[in-house]
Amino acid sequence: MEEDIDTRKINSSFLRDHSYATEADIISTVEFNSTGELLATGDKGGRVVIFQREQENKNQPHRRGEYNVYSTFQSHEPEFDYLKSLEIEEKINKIRWLPQQNAAYFLLSTNDKTVKLWKVSERDKRPEGYNLKDEDGRIRDPCTITSLRVPVLRPMDLMVEATPRRVFSNAHTYHINSISVNSDYETYMSADDLRINLWNLEITNRSFNIVDIKPTNMEELTEVITAAEFHPHNCNTFVYSSSKGTIRLCDMRSSALCDRHSKLFEEPEDPSNRSFFSEIISSISDVKFNHSGRYIMTRDYLTVKVWDLNMENRPIETYQVHDYLRSKLCSLYENDCIFDKFECVWNGSDSVIMTGSYNNFFRMFDRNTKRDVTLEASRENSKPRAILKPRKVCVGGKRRKDEISVDSLDFSKKILHTAWHPSENIIAVAATNNLYIFQDKVN
Amino acid sequence: MPSQEVTMFTRGIKRKSCDPEEDNDGPLAEVKTVPSYTLERQSLLDMSLVKLQLCHMLVEPNLCRSVLIANTVRQIQEEMTQDGSWHIFDQRRTDQFPLDRLVSTDILCRSTKEQDEGRMNDEYIAYSEELEVHQTQEISELPPVTSLKPLQNTPSNLWETESPQDNNNKVHFQKSLDHIFETLENRNATCVEDLFSEVDTSYYDLDTVLTGMMGNSKLGHCDMLESFSPPSTTSSNCKTEHNEIDHIVEILVES
Repeated sequence: MEEDIDTRKINSSFLRDHSYATEADIISTVEFNSTGELLATGDKGGRVVIFQREQENKNQPHRRGEYNVYSTFQSHEPEFDYLKSLEIEEKINKIRWLPQQNAAYFLLSTNDKTVKLWKVSERDKRPEGYNLKDEDGRIRDPCTITSLRVPVLRPMDLMVEATPRRVFSNAHTYHINSISVNSDYETYMSADDLRINLWNLEITNRSFNIVDIKPTNMEELTEVITAAEFHPHNCNTFVYSSSKGTIRLCDMRSSALCDRHSKLFEEPEDPSNRSFFSEIISSISDVKFNHSGRYIMTRDYLTVKVWDLNMENRPIETYQVHDYLRSKLCSLYENDCIFDKFECVWNGSDSVIMTGSYNNFFRMFDRNTKRDVTLEASRENSKPRAILKPRKVCVGGKRRKDEISVDSLDFSKKILHTAWHPSENIIAVAATNNLYIFQDKVN
Repeated sequence: MPSQEVTMFTRGIKRKSCDPEEDNDGPLAEVKTVPSYTLERQSLLDMSLVKLQLCHMLVEPNLCRSVLIANTVRQIQEEMTQDGSWHIFDQRRTDQFPLDRLVSTDILCRSTKEQDEGRMNDEYIAYSEELEVHQTQEISELPPVTSLKPLQNTPSNLWETESPQDNNNKVHFQKSLDHIFETLENRNATCVEDLFSEVDTSYYDLDTVLTGMMGNSKLGHCDMLESFSPPSTTSSNCKTEHNEIDHIVEILVES
């Protein structure tokens, strides 16, 4: 992997000026569409920014398919729940693209409470010369119409329009952490801390509760749902992860309310590493099926694990993301970093997995060679088309040149959200308010 | 924090390394043998209680975070009960705040008297959640869900910890949290002071915790801490919200 990484270049980066960055600019989700032509980001200000990959240009071979802003729209606005006397943040928690079925693109975006279906479409022609109304749209006096006229389409400047097609609200009492489009392309699910609901994409006033772990007495609550995803091919199967480090696989054919899981994936606790923080660091922050649906990847605070659907008692692979933090857990608990929710992604062929860390570092693990690399997404160290250098964190002992010591890591710079192009080696990394796009070097 | 301090939190180690006769010596002897461990554990417990208290002051705290913190407190409390130090901890608290238990018992028993606005507001929040759940059910035309409870059984929509009627451990635990419940119920000017007096600052510096939390990117804490500074705002807000809720409920009833 290291060789691969050495040849990676910054193709393009969407950089907002640091001095103008506000809380609202912090990127909260990143997602490629199914072809990789589009990349969507959501931010804390409720905005969705879509980037489109430009067509390859033979005259400028070094400009290979850079991503440029395609459309920006305000997906969610801050709201106020008067009954609960509660502000609902506009922050976009997740974006999921629907498979493309016509010229338009569709995506789902969600904040804490409401999921919206957006249509993003292009318009470069407009009809002119209506017979029954004038150019301003006013109806003409029928007496003045003496001849038959058919409107014609005239070309105009390309416009990209985003229109909300469906708003799915009032179904979540707790905060939505995941949305996942089903492989039937007709339904999707939304998961909050205690419940998972199933929706039809066409129907906004009805959802079906498929998981409910809310105890009758809330005082007995010890576990919450942290993430959920549909199987990529079996439309009846889905998984959800919990704050106790377990993953449950459910089959919607067995019952309408999937209270009983079909499979429970859980690794026994290592007694040698047991501490008061054991449960907190085993809490799963993200769960992702691989492309074939045979494996599941989970991210907890210190590791990424790959599970085989056919083996429930332990993961088949465990990768240490930043094990040097194990001795810092108390401070990380104190400053609340221990509750950060890092996500994880597969590459197109499922051979490499990627996840974030602190200090603007992110990690890649090659599952075949078992090699791993730490890379940095930072403005200071990367200029357009620069090559990324692997970074190393030094643990105790003497610090070598180019190494960074654990104590000087910046815990406010965290990479929680990353995305991998579905078929090519192009990655998108969200570092606070900056989005970095890296790709393999051209030859 | 240096790494050596952290390793002391490793559970169970002290029991392995201790003399096998420790059980006979009684829990106090054990506490004496590993003072730094108990000290660290104590500071972790205090830190967790402050965090939990702050969670409870939010209308809608990050549920995952609060559940994890509460489970940590439970763990520490279990271990402290086992080695007997919980009793000391509890005693210390009771000595310092003898009235707490009286107040909290009152709250936990959920007497029907509505003495203060804070409580009424809580009840309203609980009610509104139920209302929302009902609405959702209606809209979704879902089958009846078991989680729907009669209103009087809902202590609060806020997520709360252990119930008092369970076993001995939990009763002890409940006592430790009594102050939390108290501050939860009394959202008034004194709650900030209560919060700070709760913690034995000889164990750790509260500033560090709060600064740590302020530095965090999660907006909630900052918002919350800021909202504390003018103490009167909270209660007056409650009042206005209250009237608004009253009004809304009226409308709902009329329609």
